[in-house]
Amino acid sequence: MTKFEIRGLRADVLIGEDERQEILKGVDLTINSGETHAIMGPNGSGKSTLAYAIAGHPRYEITEGEVLVDGENILEMSVDERARAGVFLAMQYPVEVPGVSMSNFLRSSVTAVRGEAPKLRQFSKELQGAMKDLSIDPTFAARGVNEGFSGGEKKRHEILQLELLKPKVAILDETDSGLDVDALKVVSEGVNRAKAGGEMGVMLITHYTRILNYVKPDFVHVFANGRVAESGGPELADTLEAEGYERFVKAGA
Amino acid sequence: MTSPSIEPKAHSHGLGDIPFSKLATHGSFDVNDFPVPNGREEEWRFTPIRRLKGLHDGSAVADGTDKLDVDAPEGVTVERVGRDDSRIGKAGFPADRVVAQAHTSFEEATVVTVAQGKALDRHVTIDREAQGGTRFDQYVIDVKPLAEAVIVLNQTGTGVRAGSVDVHVGEGARLTLVSVQDWDGDTVDVTQHNAQVAKDATFKSIVVTLGGDLVRLSPKVAYTGRGGNAELHGLYFTGDGQHHEHRSLIDHNLSHTRSRVEYKGALSGKDAHGVWIGDVIIGEGTTGTDSYEHNRNLQLTDDTRVDSVPNLEIFTGEVEGAGHAAASGRLDDIHLFYLRSRGIPEDEARRLVIRGYFLELINRIPVEQLRDDIMAKVERKLAAHE
Ligand SMILES: Nc1ncnc2c1ncn2[C@@H]1O[C@H](COP(=O)(O)OP(=O)(O)OP(=O)(O)O)[C@@H](O)[C@H]1O
Ligand SMILES: [Mg+2]
Repeated sequence: MTKFEIRGLRADVLIGEDERQEILKGVDLTINSGETHAIMGPNGSGKSTLAYAIAGHPRYEITEGEVLVDGENILEMSVDERARAGVFLAMQYPVEVPGVSMSNFLRSSVTAVRGEAPKLRQFSKELQGAMKDLSIDPTFAARGVNEGFSGGEKKRHEILQLELLKPKVAILDETDSGLDVDALKVVSEGVNRAKAGGEMGVMLITHYTRILNYVKPDFVHVFANGRVAESGGPELADTLEAEGYERFVKAGA
Repeated sequence: MTSPSIEPKAHSHGLGDIPFSKLATHGSFDVNDFPVPNGREEEWRFTPIRRLKGLHDGSAVADGTDKLDVDAPEGVTVERVGRDDSRIGKAGFPADRVVAQAHTSFEEATVVTVAQGKALDRHVTIDREAQGGTRFDQYVIDVKPLAEAVIVLNQTGTGVRAGSVDVHVGEGARLTLVSVQDWDGDTVDVTQHNAQVAKDATFKSIVVTLGGDLVRLSPKVAYTGRGGNAELHGLYFTGDGQHHEHRSLIDHNLSHTRSRVEYKGALSGKDAHGVWIGDVIIGEGTTGTDSYEHNRNLQLTDDTRVDSVPNLEIFTGEVEGAGHAAASGRLDDIHLFYLRSRGIPEDEARRLVIRGYFLELINRIPVEQLRDDIMAKVERKLAAHE
């Protein structure tokens, strides 16, 4: 049982040397393990900022608030410590790291998160299986991290990492964007496999109810102007799809 | 990245309009033809003259010895010869006073010959250990027509060294020459490579510079027949106080010749200084030249310095391809963020990215053991600067 709490979180995007802009204006959200929270909201409202700020992205600075994993403030940890504490971010735009092979990267990452190096044989079997489940061609293991991957291929690899790292909390930032119908299904199944143990909390950022048909949310939150503007059950997603965000954008402005 | 310049005649890239190349293979074997440099000359302006230990002004006395260990398969002869051997000095003129000094003062030369048509079944290793003092040297590597060879010149030890390595790649022959500068921290090394690439021959040079206080290496290439192909690859890891300078010159003096120059460096620590000068000349009246050069520098700390000067001079309109690129920068913090966001600790993430940066280049070395050694040395240097 894990409790993931975001309390009064404020954060700036760092634009230039002395230029910054506040994007997160007091975010409160609690996710218990086993729960899936969908976050929906207009472009530019700060959803990715929230995800990146939690992960410790260098372009964002938190000015106020806490992010607690079972009572421990992860904001006091370095980026890699946060990941090892069980927080995982599937990025909206996964980063290409040329020259570092996917297989080396995954092995280093699994070793760091699990605290010991998996046996080589065992790991390569595990990796092959996980890749197969996500319909990823085995040749990707030899390529550079996300190097030249298509948008959809990058998203699949984010979920591959999710499945290998088995985090306590998974933040999925528009993992469904840019996926074709089949890929959406494959990726959703991956998320559901990771959820199956009931130990993982999920924060699922999306613009579409499409993915919510596969990955069922327990709660839906409207994110607008840098904060959670309204919360409800799964039915709220349908309302938003029908009516749009206008009401919330105005309310926050 | 700059677009290729294919202006006809008298167009120069970086030097202003001049009617013929200033870079051309001018030079002299006689030290007295060069004035003593003061450091303001174009070809010396990046080099710390005061650290040359007298190589530049005639005050260095030849009193040093090298220990040489050669391991060569059948088909290779290695000879130690005197000054009067007719094979010395046939691949190009010394381009600066120090290299000319070496030619004027050397007493002994090493000649490595690969027999015609012989494809060596394993690589040649020349282990050269400098055992102190000052020494002037000449090496001649003569790969006869249709032969194929990989030659590794592995240089270690301490001392002050200057000289030339002449390379002849015969018609249709293929040579990969790996020159490793893994000198002790106080060593000074000023060397010029002169390669003559014959018709349909392929010359690959892989330069790996890790050690020394001051290394100034000038690889030069000219062609003696059409269809010649030269690839110069370089890797340097420049630490505290080290000066690593590479000055390549490709002279596309004949038609239908190809060249690639790719040098990549990492710099870390106070006053680490990397210099790359990449001169390419595409000669008047030539056609079908294909040339590209590229230099990248990774500045791992702020107190390092890089001078990167690509210089392309084109004297003909009939170029197939010519271009250059140069970039210097820090480790990308977004790359590191991505790796770290998957739990990988910072130092390991840095190691992975730097390994990745050099990997392609190191993989060009056709000897597995040497690839592993060099990667290990790069990682040790990296660890020393963390
Ligand atoms: N470097 C920057 N300079 C200026 N503004 C920035 C910078 N980076 C982000 N922002 C702004 O921060 C705001 C929030 O961006 P964010 O990416 O968090 O939005 P989002 O809710 O994820 O949007 P989307 O749904 O389009 O992905 C946007 O208005 C964006 O323009
Ligand atoms: Mg976003």
